[in-house]
Amino acid sequence: MRNSSERFGQQGILAIAGIFLAACGHGNQSAMESAGVQAGRLSGLWWLFFWITAAVYVVVMLLLVVAYFRVPRAGDASEAEIRPDERRERRVSNIVKGAVALTVLTVFALMILSFRTGQAIDTLSQATAPLEIKVTGQQWWWQVEYQDPIPSNIVTTANEIHIPVGRPIKIDLVSNDVIHSFWVPNLHGKKDLVPNYPTTIYFQADKPGVYWGQCAEYCGYQHAKMRLMLVAESPEDFNVWYAASQQPAKQPTTDPQTLGQQIFLRSVCAQCHTINGTDASGRVGPNLTHVASKPYIASASLENSRENLMNWISDPQSMKPGIRMPMNTYSESDLNALVDYIQSLK
Amino acid sequence: MKTRAVIIVAVLAVFIACEREERGFRVQPPDAQRINSKQLTDIQAGQAAPTQPIINEYEENAFAMAEGKRLFSQMNCVGCHSHGGGGMGPALMDNKWIYGSNPDQIFSTVVEGRPNGMPSFRGKLPDYQIWQLAAYVRSLSGLTPKDAAPGRNDGLQTKEPENSKEPETPHRVTPQTLR
Repeated sequence: MRNSSERFGQQGILAIAGIFLAACGHGNQSAMESAGVQAGRLSGLWWLFFWITAAVYVVVMLLLVVAYFRVPRAGDASEAEIRPDERRERRVSNIVKGAVALTVLTVFALMILSFRTGQAIDTLSQATAPLEIKVTGQQWWWQVEYQDPIPSNIVTTANEIHIPVGRPIKIDLVSNDVIHSFWVPNLHGKKDLVPNYPTTIYFQADKPGVYWGQCAEYCGYQHAKMRLMLVAESPEDFNVWYAASQQPAKQPTTDPQTLGQQIFLRSVCAQCHTINGTDASGRVGPNLTHVASKPYIASASLENSRENLMNWISDPQSMKPGIRMPMNTYSESDLNALVDYIQSLK
Repeated sequence: MKTRAVIIVAVLAVFIACEREERGFRVQPPDAQRINSKQLTDIQAGQAAPTQPIINEYEENAFAMAEGKRLFSQMNCVGCHSHGGGGMGPALMDNKWIYGSNPDQIFSTVVEGRPNGMPSFRGKLPDYQIWQLAAYVRSLSGLTPKDAAPGRNDGLQTKEPENSKEPETPHRVTPQTLR
């Protein structure tokens, strides 16, 4: 009997450890690993809260243990309990008063620290000449537009944001359907995207790297797979990427690619997707002008491989049930040509 | 005995709305092939042949109707028909129909296009989405069951919701009478 209960305990610990490890799937997607000054302030505040509350917890638990051993047992009620000693009563009352005051002070200190952190984070919104990006939340993907006074210079992409390190970023957040929430934990806290109510978030990345973002407000069927890849790179690399993204799509060079482009333009694809430099100008789905240069498709939930593209085009409902993209029936040769063309859109 | 009956009725009541909200992501729409022989006019040579009406099951399904509503905006039907009130194109919330009010007639109008401005969507939308559109178009004049027709807008409300629309009695008109 004892053996089995011991084994059960071990399994329980393993299961709990497993639950904690389950969150580690995406490497560094964590507010504890800050890559920018704001996330740094947030995680600093978090650790401060953690140590202070941990200390309070330990002290309270210790006192509880002491109290447990000092409590009078049934049967040893003496006269002292029946007629309380006044000096002792006063001491106890002072201890309680002191503890209440200490608690209030601690809570106030934490409140002021939170407030100061919020103020410090907000200073970035005063920065001059931030990089301005507009992010539109859709069920279930992110549209990303780099603002430019000249409309033809606006870069439109999806589910992938490139930013230069060391430069403040201003992101205008809007939603086309329901409430979403923009969250790249390594860079900043969450900010909601509310329909008909534009919001703004400012942040800055100080360390180059790839950071994962996630919709943090339940928004329907594929909320969990509404992901976002944020690439922070050196200003030089960013400029190279930005200049390449401003170019219209490459024209097809081979026969299958040409056929693929025709299929794209004459069938359902062009109703929803835009490819700059072609007649495809749908505004419902993501802009596909440079889709082949992206490492992921389907809101950063699938690797951008030929096999995935083929499955995605013919039966997206099996991979992300409920999304807006319909199932499509193409002959195998047509599908191959279509994917040839899409993979040429570097 | 009485309590048991009450419990059974209560339990059954919970399931009444199930089909309405069923989300068919992999659906079998009505057969598009049968549409090809569709006649658009009531006038024919000889006697009227008995026809079997095509039933669009999407008209019983709130999810499909909501999808139709979304497509109605996203495919720019609103550009000409507005939100049913009409503009450059004829109104869809009244009782006047030029090319027929049956689900199959609406399907064929969307697929084929019609003279004087209605574009053809042949090959531009999968059949099942056109059936969803057809279901929504009929809800605009109250021709679909009220329990499935949309009751709200994602954006600002422009008119009373489709499920509050009193059913119109469709009758056929010529384009000339609309002018």
